[in-house]
Amino acid sequence: MTTATADRKLTAKDFQVPFPNDWCPGCGDFGIINAIQQAFARLELEAHKVAVVGGIGCSGKAPYYFPVYGVHTLHGRLLPFAHGIKLANPEMTVVGVGGDGDGLGIGAGHFVNAGRRNLDMTYIFFNNEVYGLTKGQAAPTLALGLQPKSLPAPNIQSQLNPLMMAMSVGFTWIGRGYSYNVKKVVDLIVAAIEHPGLSFIDILQPCPTYNNLHTKDWYAGKDLDSGQPRIYWLDDTDYDPVIPEGADDAAVLSKMNEFLAKVHEWGDEIPAGVFLDNRATTTFAERIETRIENYRAQPPNTREIADASGKPTADLSEIFDEVRMM
Amino acid sequence: MVARLTGAYESQSETVTTNHDELAWRVGGPQGSGVDTAAGIFQRACALGGLYVVGRREYYSNIMGRHSYFDVRVAHHPVHSHCDEVQLLTTFEDESLARHAISVVDGGALVYAAKDVEKEVQGVTYLDTRAKDDLIAYLEERGLPTTLGGVLEDARQRGVQTYEADFDKIVDLLADQLGIVQALAARTMNTLAVAMSLALVEYQRKYVYAALAKTWPGRQKIIDMNVSAVDLAYQFVRDTYDTSEFAHRLTPSESKEPRILLNGNQAVAMGKIAAGLTFQSYYPISPATDESTYLEAHETFLTTNGDRGSVLIVQTEDEISAVCMAAGAALTGARSATATSGPGFALMVEGLGWAGINEVPLVVTLYQRGGPSTGLPTRSEQGDLFLALNAGHSEFPRIVLASGDLEEAFYDAATAFNYAERYQTVVIHILDKSLSSQTESLPPFDLERIRIERGEIASPNGDGEPEGPYPRFALTESGISPRPLHGMPGGMHWLTGGEHTQYGRVTEDPVIREQQMEKRMRKLETAAREIPVDEKLRVYGDPAAEFTILSWGSNKGAIVESIERLAEEGLAARLVQVRLMSPFPVPELQELLASARPLIGVEANFSGQLAQVLRQHTGIACDKLVVKYNGRPMAGRRLYEVFKTIMDGTDETKIVLRNPNE
Repeated sequence: MTTATADRKLTAKDFQVPFPNDWCPGCGDFGIINAIQQAFARLELEAHKVAVVGGIGCSGKAPYYFPVYGVHTLHGRLLPFAHGIKLANPEMTVVGVGGDGDGLGIGAGHFVNAGRRNLDMTYIFFNNEVYGLTKGQAAPTLALGLQPKSLPAPNIQSQLNPLMMAMSVGFTWIGRGYSYNVKKVVDLIVAAIEHPGLSFIDILQPCPTYNNLHTKDWYAGKDLDSGQPRIYWLDDTDYDPVIPEGADDAAVLSKMNEFLAKVHEWGDEIPAGVFLDNRATTTFAERIETRIENYRAQPPNTREIADASGKPTADLSEIFDEVRMM
Repeated sequence: MVARLTGAYESQSETVTTNHDELAWRVGGPQGSGVDTAAGIFQRACALGGLYVVGRREYYSNIMGRHSYFDVRVAHHPVHSHCDEVQLLTTFEDESLARHAISVVDGGALVYAAKDVEKEVQGVTYLDTRAKDDLIAYLEERGLPTTLGGVLEDARQRGVQTYEADFDKIVDLLADQLGIVQALAARTMNTLAVAMSLALVEYQRKYVYAALAKTWPGRQKIIDMNVSAVDLAYQFVRDTYDTSEFAHRLTPSESKEPRILLNGNQAVAMGKIAAGLTFQSYYPISPATDESTYLEAHETFLTTNGDRGSVLIVQTEDEISAVCMAAGAALTGARSATATSGPGFALMVEGLGWAGINEVPLVVTLYQRGGPSTGLPTRSEQGDLFLALNAGHSEFPRIVLASGDLEEAFYDAATAFNYAERYQTVVIHILDKSLSSQTESLPPFDLERIRIERGEIASPNGDGEPEGPYPRFALTESGISPRPLHGMPGGMHWLTGGEHTQYGRVTEDPVIREQQMEKRMRKLETAAREIPVDEKLRVYGDPAAEFTILSWGSNKGAIVESIERLAEEGLAARLVQVRLMSPFPVPELQELLASARPLIGVEANFSGQLAQVLRQHTGIACDKLVVKYNGRPMAGRRLYEVFKTIMDGTDETKIVLRNPNE
């Protein structure tokens, strides 16, 4: 449906669909899918080589709004599905879209173990601190003691820091955006997709229906004496997120310490942008290739398994020889 | 004799005749001591001599120390099940002697370690209290000492030849002979035990040498050391033992037919490779793990097109991930599977439903083990038929295929992918622990019998670039809609666990819901129409017999053997083996079972799950139920005895097979 030609560049329109959207008015999700559409266009992706894989919840519906292979999976399971698609067809650009509860509540085990693989895909994490579709319960990203309006009492469970989680389990590119700054989010998504390993973008977003604490006005800093927006951008500072290829352990450790200091900032000033760009870790495909040499040339989805008559191409003679007695 | 232990188990003892054609052998020992290696050498030695071999492996959920044992039955004719009693038992420690001496038939023999004789039964570390109490009571009743010496004396009184071996002394001798340290020589303990057994039955030594070479390919030093151990053992038996009272001898076969020796996990793995599996995700769980690790060890292989073939195996964080990842891979056109056992399958249920509603060709290999919950993790059961048939909320079409032996396991593993892709749905290939760990010598599988059928794959660009999304779930008469693979130009559509339109967009519209539900479920009717009868069920024995046994899965071998034994006495019986559990072969079974008198359900579970499924679908009830749920497989001889009591008109409607000694 959407292909770039020599005489026409792709635009966000090429990645839109003519279907109504049922998110609440003012939902932060709109800004995120808008940014994803722009990022796909800027990257000139071929739609048939893109899979957007969602979890469950409001954010899980995001795949419906792209004319690509859109996969609405199970609660918490977008990463395993996305891994399956990418591993079997390494040509695909695979983007996961899911909420905070989906990713770090029910899906936390997959989040942790995805980090160990560093598969080349991007995970966009919709962080509004509440479970929207089930009417406003606390997400794992909601701070201890907060009481958004649906909670009958203040939250008695502590908050997870998604960026710290992502770093500690092995994500190799980590960023944070804000859904009302679409331009910045587009830049982040483009960079995350271009990163050759597992990338993670934490996108802060208001939930206008259920999160009455961290609203658009709160992010804009309207309650602050300074009146300045809470979000500030790391590319406006001298923070350097890059761990270069071949970096030694000491260099990696030093970068991790800078990262930790930065991701703990919260409150009146909230950093956003690229926190980590680790180029020193091998990708899962590279690791597979050390064992299956022609993995990328003959990936699972296209390896010839039968001849024209349907006869298997597998030749089991070596395998039988191992157990042959006579 | 065994009956006197608990009274629950009535056993017939074999009469002694000189037998050159068949031998039932058992070896036991602590886990980690190489019992499997010993059994492997024994089986290879027999298979290399052209004999048919069937092996049964029993082990604990434990790494080191707990008791494991291996039954090997060898014969000049094909054998498909183990014997509850053996002619020859080899032990080299106390627990095996305590547990298994009772299972040696009159006229049989056992080898034991000299150091174990004085040991009190009470002092055998891992012997269960129940087994200790029963054994002590049994010995006391006979006025025998409650030591392993007493156990040996009981065996001798029953006509069992007992052969003492001072293994430590033999090991010292070997160390001296080879000029190596004792600890190194002690590693040949298993070989010594095997070789002593084979020497007792005067089996040709050259096959034992050949078995060593097969066991440690390319590792000449180890082979040489074990060859010396074999020579020493043969010499020791010849010089030390009087074998005139032990009549069993084993002669090799004249057969030069090619044979492979493998287990069920390997047979399934080979079937998958042949079928073109390119992706498998799994989470470790007994007894399924060995299949995936075997695949991983054979992740690249020869192909006929000159390229190196490959299958990508991914060990996931849990079974939920395994099933979802396999489904994701299947979307791209990869032949994709996962393998698990009951507890893991239970975790996969939501993913199965997703694959069902999204019409994803996904193969799940389910190795049943004893349940519920953790149950008997390393033992066998056929307790998951209901689970396989019903796993998931609401309804989706699924194919459930049950293999009855290793050969079926291989071909079914391949066929499962054809069904998955033809009917675009979940195929559950159901086996059990008995089959997974059963070893058998068979002719090499024939890849000519396998044809790969990919089903209806869409070609969305056939008429130029289509406008808009592809109708992945288009309504069709067969229920099967052409399937674009992820990555195909023009094939873009959506997928969702929600009810959906033909484009895969979520909907709650009542009319579309009905259409899509009916379309999906129609695939079962299509499958029932298309799948050949021979794949759905098979009949063994006398097809005209009224005496009918209805069964499935790993019981097949034991039942076939029991029917053969009945036939030798002129008693007609047949086995109707159900293979396709969903869609259930209703008209075929109605026709076949109309003449069944009596109809006997035989299953390794508590309640007769297949019998209940039969009744649910056809109204036909089994007259008798023969079940076993102690986690161990059925033996052919035992079934033969039960069928005889049924023929004699027993009133019992549910007969439970019990054996306290396994």
